[in-house]
Amino acid sequence: MSEHNAIHVEEHRDDEASKLGMWLFIFTELLLFGGLFLVYSIFRMQYHTAFHESSLELSVTIGAINTIVLLFSSMTVAMSLTAIQKNDQKRALIFIGITLFCAAVFLVNKYFEWGGKIHHGLYPGSELMALLDRGHHLYFSLYFFMTGLHALHIIIGMILLIVCLFKVKSKNLNNKDYVLLENGALYWHLVDLIWIFLFPLMYLLS
Amino acid sequence: MANNTTHTIEYKTLSIVLLVLMFLTFVTIEITSFHLGALTVTAALLIAGVKATIVMYHFMHLKYESLLLRILVAMVFVLFILIVVITFIDYAFR
Repeated sequence: MSEHNAIHVEEHRDDEASKLGMWLFIFTELLLFGGLFLVYSIFRMQYHTAFHESSLELSVTIGAINTIVLLFSSMTVAMSLTAIQKNDQKRALIFIGITLFCAAVFLVNKYFEWGGKIHHGLYPGSELMALLDRGHHLYFSLYFFMTGLHALHIIIGMILLIVCLFKVKSKNLNNKDYVLLENGALYWHLVDLIWIFLFPLMYLLS
Repeated sequence: MANNTTHTIEYKTLSIVLLVLMFLTFVTIEITSFHLGALTVTAALLIAGVKATIVMYHFMHLKYESLLLRILVAMVFVLFILIVVITFIDYAFR
């Protein structure tokens, strides 16, 4: 097999290894958020009533819309990979574009959600936060930290996908070399994966 | 060429997967409107687990990946569940 490859492969590339590397990175991300979920669960157990009352402050509608937007974008990014594998450059561009649009919609929703809270004086370090009792304080601190860290991941994912978008456009990313889009898509699915747990924990279980 | 071994998933399959995920989201929202305490929490987290598995299996191509990678992913979740269980035992019996 190596002899066979020596004739055909002019560049050194190992897609399997880059994907494995991406997965290992995803493991660290999962455990990072896993740790936060654990902290959330323990405090939820200890300050049950406060967490219950606080979670009623969140809009389930906005949360549900964002869930659907993220699930949809997860599908379109997977479709962009299918398109590039089929050497359909135009469709790949459209699907990455839709994914980026969904990401933007998610962030706009998040902006209004956070904006509402901040408008009412509820943000980390605010006077209102200092007046809250321990349970409410912990809930909103965790809410801002976890959704904030998640939003940061959305932004990083968007940057990755924008890079993919330009590479597809310049045909550097094509049906023979698409591991970057594969890894970008994996990262985007991770963002979706985290939200799948964040949504019921933060918005629904009240 | 040894590269590009990734399986191509058809658009139709991906669409069906999305519909299933949307349905499960709807079920989660409906279930959590019944306030049955621990039962509701367990149900919501179980469904989230199913959704996560579907996303990893189909969207993240885990279905077509090597056994090694699939075992590694499973191990991460086993590790996390162990951490959660041990921490909760600690809080329950201290």
